[in-house]
Amino acid sequence: MPEMTVIEAVRETMRAEMRRDESIILMGEDVGNRGGVFLASDGFVDEFGEERVIDTPLAESLICGLALGAAVNGMRPVAEIQFADFVWPAINQIVGEAARVRYGTNGAKSAPMTIRIPYGGGVRGGLYHSQSIEVLFAHTPGLTVVAPATPYDAKGLLASAIRADDPVIVLEHKRTYRLIKGEVPDDDYTVPIGKAEIKRPGSDMTIVTYGLMLHYALQAAATAMELGIDVEVVDLRTLRPLDRETIIESVSRTGKVLIVQEDTPAVSISSEVAAIIGEHCFFDLDGPITRLGPPDIPPMPFSPIQEAAFMPSPEKIVSAIEKLAEL
Amino acid sequence: MTLNIELPHVGESVTEAVIGKWLKSPGDAVEKYEPLVEVVTDKVNMDVPSPASGTLTKILVAEGETVAMGSVIAEMETSDTSASADQPSALPPISDPPAANRIGTLVQGANVGPTGGQFLDTSLSSLTVGATGAPSTPSSPPDGLRRHSPVVVRLATQHKVDLSSISGTGLGGRVTKNDVLSAVEAGKSSTETVLEVPSPGVGDTVVKPTSIRRMIADHMVKSMTEIPHAWSAIEVDVTGLVGWRTANRERFERDHGVRLTYLPVALHVVADALNLNPRINSSWVDGNIVLKGEINVGVAVAAPEGLVVPVVRDAANSPIAELARNLDGLIDRARSNSLKLEDVQGGTFTLNNTGALGSVWGGAIINHPQAAILTTEAIVKRPVVITVNDSDTVVVRSMMNICLSFDHRIVDGADASAFLQSVRSGLQSIRAESELT
Repeated sequence: MPEMTVIEAVRETMRAEMRRDESIILMGEDVGNRGGVFLASDGFVDEFGEERVIDTPLAESLICGLALGAAVNGMRPVAEIQFADFVWPAINQIVGEAARVRYGTNGAKSAPMTIRIPYGGGVRGGLYHSQSIEVLFAHTPGLTVVAPATPYDAKGLLASAIRADDPVIVLEHKRTYRLIKGEVPDDDYTVPIGKAEIKRPGSDMTIVTYGLMLHYALQAAATAMELGIDVEVVDLRTLRPLDRETIIESVSRTGKVLIVQEDTPAVSISSEVAAIIGEHCFFDLDGPITRLGPPDIPPMPFSPIQEAAFMPSPEKIVSAIEKLAEL
Repeated sequence: MTLNIELPHVGESVTEAVIGKWLKSPGDAVEKYEPLVEVVTDKVNMDVPSPASGTLTKILVAEGETVAMGSVIAEMETSDTSASADQPSALPPISDPPAANRIGTLVQGANVGPTGGQFLDTSLSSLTVGATGAPSTPSSPPDGLRRHSPVVVRLATQHKVDLSSISGTGLGGRVTKNDVLSAVEAGKSSTETVLEVPSPGVGDTVVKPTSIRRMIADHMVKSMTEIPHAWSAIEVDVTGLVGWRTANRERFERDHGVRLTYLPVALHVVADALNLNPRINSSWVDGNIVLKGEINVGVAVAAPEGLVVPVVRDAANSPIAELARNLDGLIDRARSNSLKLEDVQGGTFTLNNTGALGSVWGGAIINHPQAAILTTEAIVKRPVVITVNDSDTVVVRSMMNICLSFDHRIVDGADASAFLQSVRSGLQSIRAESELT
């Protein structure tokens, strides 16, 4: 089984999907001749031609509007937003339009489009290359939002997204692109949308997390184990719809939960997860629902020291685990 | 630069350590990894190495003091201006996650971003969790309040576990989910902590305990669970004391207006004995033995609502008559439920005259947080072998057992016996003709 990084998994999945289905087209800034700013479509223009791998102007509203038009007319576009921080001009096309196509046409039309968005910090990207924008889309009915954290899930969820008949936002954490290497089977598999995964079973408490924080949480859980604390780690994988069943089952079993996210805390994924737990696990809770995230300030500091202070880290997670465990 | 030297976490359940001996003094030059201080924990004794090379500038924790792991114990000055000491490098890589290689492993030094530049991995560097990033401290119940989490209440109800009988292992003694589950598990073999279903049979009456009964119950549980009790008893020949009382009874009651019982005498003798054996008059407080400055003996009284223990202050220096009057007033107030707060506060030792109830032996529960409790048992005439002029003879004597329960953390059997001997010799020194004031 080949080992690959997250970015390689993304590239190989898009390549395989485009070979499988001619209605799939790519569009985005520099996705053609440059092969994408992260090289996600490196060499694609040579294989699939300029009609299927389209370099666009620097206009996110155009990229998403174009994708939406193509989608409702029978194609399966995969749009790339270069950095999540640049997605704002396309909000109307995504939230205002694409999310409502099926409802607005009483089911007559749908928009089978995928928007890949590299997001997240810890990359010395500063204010404009580090944002976490998941809440905006996860809040929107009519959208599906996935956030794979591993090469295996990147392939499985991207394939599911491309094959879905409604718009899917695929959030790829930039930091994981080349940081995380893992086995990716050659065979044509998908990871179901809406299914979280217990990445590490444990009995003393549950960490619910996603994205880069999954890897920090797993590191922290390994350290906590040396302290005698057995931590379960749930990777949400899909942010909308959230896998309530897995969250509720795990937290009901362990009785304590720490929700770890890189995004700022107010009205965020962790808020929603906390609400689900509060509603469904109340009589199984042995401690307060606890969240670990950055301070509620406009991210992301550019200074490495401030960035490190802002970002959750394995050490901060271990410390939060210890606090919750001793309660 | 100045560097704080922290007491390193040694893992397991070790949360604090005692500073043993400082191997370096302020001003000493130290090499990185050179032993700085000896530290004693309940698991291991170890030398804490210096985290960097430089000069030890300040010792913040003295030898013998107990500190939490992670506390700053000293400061040093290092010549290194860039490094912040011995940063623990990245945490160990993920070891055998269940989803195997599917989850992926970290590629160290991986570059990111469009420019492909090297990435200084600050996010993996060590940081103390300050105001930022730290989760809000989970709210913990105020001291003394036993609040239970939803799952604890649910499990306790489901398995009919009496939560007040469980001593919690959580923060501030909180009963945790695991504590309840352990109690349920223990209850399967013994019914100590699990109440049998109180399904009253025909003719049974369920009595809801009064709040005083409840408090007594909690107090007893606390004492028995926290204090490792040990017991010792000896018999005392009180023939002289009985004779003294018979000789003085009428005059005493006429002069002082109170009945003359053995209690004020016992109280006086016990207070004297406590003076000679200060360890019996102490408390175990946070790992220290606190020898009490005052000798205030509580006297157990069976009041209508339950046991109360009014306190007699400075009994060693009070005349018998005054003690008798004090006791009379306290017992009166106890039986009429009119004790004042100061009547029951400040006890350092407890005396329980169970003999008044006809008891001849007892193993009392210590009045937490005191170190010991003494019972004086019934005075019984018994045939006793005594030796007169080298020949054994059986005589009738008035005998009384005195029984001591003591906190074995504070005193051993030898101390307990010494105290009992003091009480015995005090009581046996009294003759019918003694002049007691």
